[in-house]
Amino acid sequence: MEQFLRNIIDNNFFIYGVMAVVPLLWIVPYALFAVWLERKVSAHMQDRLGPMRVGGWHGWAQTIADILKLIQKEDIVPTAADRKLHFLSPWIVFIGSYAAFAAIPFSSAFIGSNINIGLFYVIAVSSLVVVGILMAGWSSNNKWSLFGAMRSAAQIVSYEIPTALALLAVVMIAGTLNLQEINQQQNGWFWQWYLFRKFPFIFVAFVIYFVASLAETNRTPFDIPEAESELVAGYHTEYSGMKFALFFLAEYANMFAVSAIGSTLFLGGWNSPFGDFLGGPFWGVFWFLSKGMLFVFVQMWLRWTLPRLRVDQLMYVSWKVLTPWAFACILGVGFWMMF
Amino acid sequence: MRQYFRDIFQSVWTILVGMKVTFTHLFTPAVTIQYPDVKLKLPERARNRLYVNMDDCIGCFQCDMACPVDCIKIETVKALPTDDLGLTSTGQKKRLWVTQFDIDIAKCCYCGLCVYPCPTECIKMTDVYEFSEFDRHNLIYNYATVTPAEGVEIKAKAAEYEKEQAAKKAAAAAQAKAAAPAPTPVAAKPSPPSVPPTVPPSDKPTESKQ
Repeated sequence: MEQFLRNIIDNNFFIYGVMAVVPLLWIVPYALFAVWLERKVSAHMQDRLGPMRVGGWHGWAQTIADILKLIQKEDIVPTAADRKLHFLSPWIVFIGSYAAFAAIPFSSAFIGSNINIGLFYVIAVSSLVVVGILMAGWSSNNKWSLFGAMRSAAQIVSYEIPTALALLAVVMIAGTLNLQEINQQQNGWFWQWYLFRKFPFIFVAFVIYFVASLAETNRTPFDIPEAESELVAGYHTEYSGMKFALFFLAEYANMFAVSAIGSTLFLGGWNSPFGDFLGGPFWGVFWFLSKGMLFVFVQMWLRWTLPRLRVDQLMYVSWKVLTPWAFACILGVGFWMMF
Repeated sequence: MRQYFRDIFQSVWTILVGMKVTFTHLFTPAVTIQYPDVKLKLPERARNRLYVNMDDCIGCFQCDMACPVDCIKIETVKALPTDDLGLTSTGQKKRLWVTQFDIDIAKCCYCGLCVYPCPTECIKMTDVYEFSEFDRHNLIYNYATVTPAEGVEIKAKAAEYEKEQAAKKAAAAAQAKAAAPAPTPVAAKPSPPSVPPTVPPSDKPTESKQ
């Protein structure tokens, strides 16, 4: 992709500008689709129908109508709010989740930035979301917002650890942090994926990663930062209009980002499950996006299955279950590689 | 330690069970009834919008009296001997012009008490329940078959007729008085009922403005 663009116009600003916008071309339609899908999935899991009227077929245009409504809405800022931080925080949250896409390989021919420390960068930059959330909670000057933001910070900081440890188990086999290279190592049939190597250690690591990533994206059953039954809406209680939409977009972008990392490290990313069948850069995009969407669907599935955890249960799961087991996986993989 | 592993196993297992439940529900048909497109059949005796079949109404005021919220407003005028208002479907002769039959459905409490006393069964509950309006005044239904203009005409005629009758009666009474002064109190009796029909025309225009 980079080479292709370089053949058209040999200008770094142009090339990197285009490369930076490409993931957005996926994320925005994806977010609209995912919000619709979430509503449909939730509805059908509860034997309802969900949106059915807007746009004709099963209410497909519902989220487009919603976003048009949000654009027209008044941008309300509370009088007691810190206006600058209040304005800035949705952007920081979105930038934090969007920046992660820079190092994620969408296909063998497209990766925003093919850096050696790709995985490390993704983990590091996605933590920026916490800053934005804390900022939103604090600047709103609202008790619910602050509660939500504090809970979110506590949750994300504790769940970063099992996430990183679970990914480390894969990194130990791969021997690299470059996500494109990790993908290439999983080339071939689906049993070449890291998910099925060094069984069961990587498989357990995958489960740990998935559970921890749910907590990192504030999804149910770990959605105590926005627990609507206690905290109105958590850190974005005081946001309206497009700022609120930006939080929403960031949440869905984050959902896809963690799914993309999961599919890249464990499910072979853009690799076709059937060797060279339907392989190549273009089919690669298809496989990558469908694997990501599969995880997004499982996230929704879990959301409508499980109730919310209590704060102490949340900490118990992180520190007493996920973290020790992630260490056990690292040790297991390490011993396997030694002998 | 055993409890720890048991807890983990149990939570993983129950989550899988729960996911199976939600996944099967994903494919069970929804119970939603998409209301404006699909309507459930109402029970046979459902009480919704009132309907009055004016062809059968004899203006007896039974429904008006039965109504606990006074949402029915009826006004009748005696028919002249020359008028033929026909028969109801139950074979009763209609003796009154029903110049006004308004039901304020906004006030109606759907108790159905007006339906039972009706001697000709002309007022009844229908299964129509979609009659919302932007203006509350549109919820006052006028069932009278005579137009307001006709109503005024009928009333004027009736008043004229009454006057004529009263004049005739007075003449007859005067004659009778001249002939025999004794029975006058008896002959004068029919004149009081002639007064009430003359009263409504005076307050009618104000009422019809509603």
